[in-house]
Amino acid sequence: MKIENAKQLKSHALELGMRQAKGPRTRILVSMGTCGIAANTHPVLTALREEIGKRDLQDVFEVVETGCMGLCHSEPSIEVVDRVEGTTTLYGNVTAGQAAAIVEAGAYEAAGVEILDRTWYCPEGEENQAGARQARVVLRNSGRIDPENLEACLIAGGYQGLARALTEMKPAQVIEEIAESGLRGRGGGGFPTGLKWGFAAAQSSTEKYVICNADEGDPGAFMDRAVLEGDPHCVLEAMAIAGYAVGAQSGVIYIRAEYPLAIRRLRMAIEQARASGFLGADILGTGFGFDIQIKYGAGAFVCGEETALIHSIEGTRGEPTFKPPFPAVSGLWKKPTVVNNVETFANVPAILRKGAGWFKTIGTPECPGTKVFALAGKVKKVGLVEVPMGTTLREIIFGVGGGIREDRQFKAVQTGGPSGGCLKDDNLDTPITYESLRALGSMMGSGGMIVMDVDDCMVNVAKFFLDFTLDESCGKCTPCRIGNKRLHEMLEQVCAGRGSHETLAKLKNLSHTIRDTALCGLGQTSPNPVLSTMIQFEDEYVEHIEQGKCRAGVCRHLISYAINDDCVGCTLCARNCPVDCISGERRQKHHIDQDKCIKCGVCHDLCKFHAIDKN
Amino acid sequence: MKKSGACLKGPIGSDNLINQQPEKRKALAEFIGGLPIGDDRERNRGYLIECLHKAQELFGYLPESVQLFVADHLRLHLSEVYGVISFYSYFTTVPTGKYRINVCMGTACFVRGADRILEELKRHLGIDEGETSENGKFSIGGLRCVGACSLAPVVMVNDKVYGNVAPGKVLDIINDCE
Ligand SMILES: Cc1cc2nc3c(=O)[nH]c(=O)nc-3n(C[C@H](O)[C@H](O)[C@H](O)COP(=O)(O)O)c2cc1C
Ligand code: FES
Repeated sequence: MKIENAKQLKSHALELGMRQAKGPRTRILVSMGTCGIAANTHPVLTALREEIGKRDLQDVFEVVETGCMGLCHSEPSIEVVDRVEGTTTLYGNVTAGQAAAIVEAGAYEAAGVEILDRTWYCPEGEENQAGARQARVVLRNSGRIDPENLEACLIAGGYQGLARALTEMKPAQVIEEIAESGLRGRGGGGFPTGLKWGFAAAQSSTEKYVICNADEGDPGAFMDRAVLEGDPHCVLEAMAIAGYAVGAQSGVIYIRAEYPLAIRRLRMAIEQARASGFLGADILGTGFGFDIQIKYGAGAFVCGEETALIHSIEGTRGEPTFKPPFPAVSGLWKKPTVVNNVETFANVPAILRKGAGWFKTIGTPECPGTKVFALAGKVKKVGLVEVPMGTTLREIIFGVGGGIREDRQFKAVQTGGPSGGCLKDDNLDTPITYESLRALGSMMGSGGMIVMDVDDCMVNVAKFFLDFTLDESCGKCTPCRIGNKRLHEMLEQVCAGRGSHETLAKLKNLSHTIRDTALCGLGQTSPNPVLSTMIQFEDEYVEHIEQGKCRAGVCRHLISYAINDDCVGCTLCARNCPVDCISGERRQKHHIDQDKCIKCGVCHDLCKFHAIDKN
Repeated sequence: MKKSGACLKGPIGSDNLINQQPEKRKALAEFIGGLPIGDDRERNRGYLIECLHKAQELFGYLPESVQLFVADHLRLHLSEVYGVISFYSYFTTVPTGKYRINVCMGTACFVRGADRILEELKRHLGIDEGETSENGKFSIGGLRCVGACSLAPVVMVNDKVYGNVAPGKVLDIINDCE
């Protein structure tokens, strides 16, 4: 149905809401993001539907497939919302066999099914009564509505922000509102969004573009994907708002080809939005026209950088170019272009619905709002978390994340992906903002947060990120192409115990040179993982070169495996050794042939008697 | 950007794959025909990556004859097309195996031992990352975060996800492909 004007949108949304209120009293929300599907949620979904069908309870229960709830640690996860009782129950690690118990219990907690704490609230509409650690603005709808259903989105206030902008505000007022809210770019840099829009608006060109950066290159992060899978319409709405504000008629979403589900949902959402008159010519009868197309990445990290991204959309090699000119002045097809990250856009409709003043009540004065992190690594509760800016790392890792796996000792947390750095335990109480992380030698980045424990070697971690940069360097500038190669070689020496203090000095020196001379953000930030680990974990570097010791037992050249007297001769290790280098009679102590051993560690992991020592 | 691929062996496009598979050729021609290609070379180039995605989806890889076909239809030089293909790691100019085994090399998987999984795979199959086994059955590759970090380390075989993979489970995954 085509919505003709803002008034009709309001009444239509109300009507839909009322219709929903008359529908089934209990909604079972099933988290069906990529992680949920990978964790085998489909059988649970089928079982729930069958159970409801069998009992003929379709009038009472509605099963909704939603985007990611962020509870990746306990997939399949579901939430049961009972409108009459006003209760919600979160279940984790649900099996198909538990479907009957869940339907049976309805508004009450089903016995024998794992119950999870709801650690978030949605500032738009809910009071934070229980002192929830997470505040969901960006992920408000993710895990709450069916992302493929436009009506569900409209009930939740979808496109009301656009309606307000188009009917009640002038473009300059929209920019003012965004500037006033203090929203800053969530793609990593933290550049004030209102300011950026203002630059583009000030250009006199009649042809301008709005680009959504959905390239999400940080290896180990999936915030943007979750937003696109869980609430694609909010990004479309925000892009149209941006188009109105800066005077653009075309939008482009540049998304990684590796995100098939997000692409499918976006395509569907664009079709729906066009059919309802939220995209296309004469949106909501205001005369403003805006349309969006999707362009695909092809596996190049550097294309997340905005100038490279623009070249990639233009169909050439995605190599960055020098700024200025900034895209806001000369971007896609040399026209003024606004490039914003998915998460940045996802904040915009909420700001227009609730106002800049409301937005500023969340977060800190310099960094209002929230930040989504993909919390992973050695933490108990891996998942997606959205916290107010200014939350401490400790709150996130030990509060929301539940602490370190197997209660081991925390060692470091990495933020900012390949451009960021590692932080130690004495940084845990720092409130997170763009500035505080930068001051500690790391950065906010797009939101990857990897927790490491005492089994991780920091030199090796630095080498891992450099591996990545080497692979992804476009090769255009010398410091990045050759400098990083040399850095990598030196790190390899350190990992092999062959480095010296001179190597360390050279590492530092060259890192600074690359940082100061590389062409684009990729090169300029590529030494960060090296520099930050060298500063924070200098003792580990020194241990590698002075004593040939890797305290985490990771660097292969520096470790060896040996069988101790606890060996009972069960032969398990010998049977599983990939290179047959373990020998010994049954019930006798076994022996490892050090010349043949490839140090894969399989025996160490398998042994039930702790009889294999790693030195 | 690493890339292995044969460049100019024999006359250009002599692999002739495009003509051996007329249905796919037709599908690709129809796809390109549906694009608003005009006289502006610059703007035409904007459709190149889309076309290459489509071509690779159809043919599985991008041999020279396919590159040439795309170049002709978009009115671009073959060198421009090849330049783009060689830049993006998603595109490949050599056939991949029937089972594409990809180990996630994202940070979360890395800290949980993905490199050991990769080593084991390489050892069992006797091929390196980016290579295809002689019988055309397996190829090994690396991926960056598939978004299933809670299941780290993760291995993907075509579209199937294996989570919490231990080095000892690698052989099971290979056997599972039969
Ligand atoms: C090497 C490199 C990679 C980047 N990757 C991304 C990315 O994956 N996603 C993203 O939104 N921004 C990325 N950026 C930042 C973009 O260049 C740009 O600043 C951002 O999209 C602007 O949007 P924002 O102001 O909303 O953050 C990257 C920058 C560099 C230098
Ligand atoms: S890092 Fe492997 S799934 Fe995220």
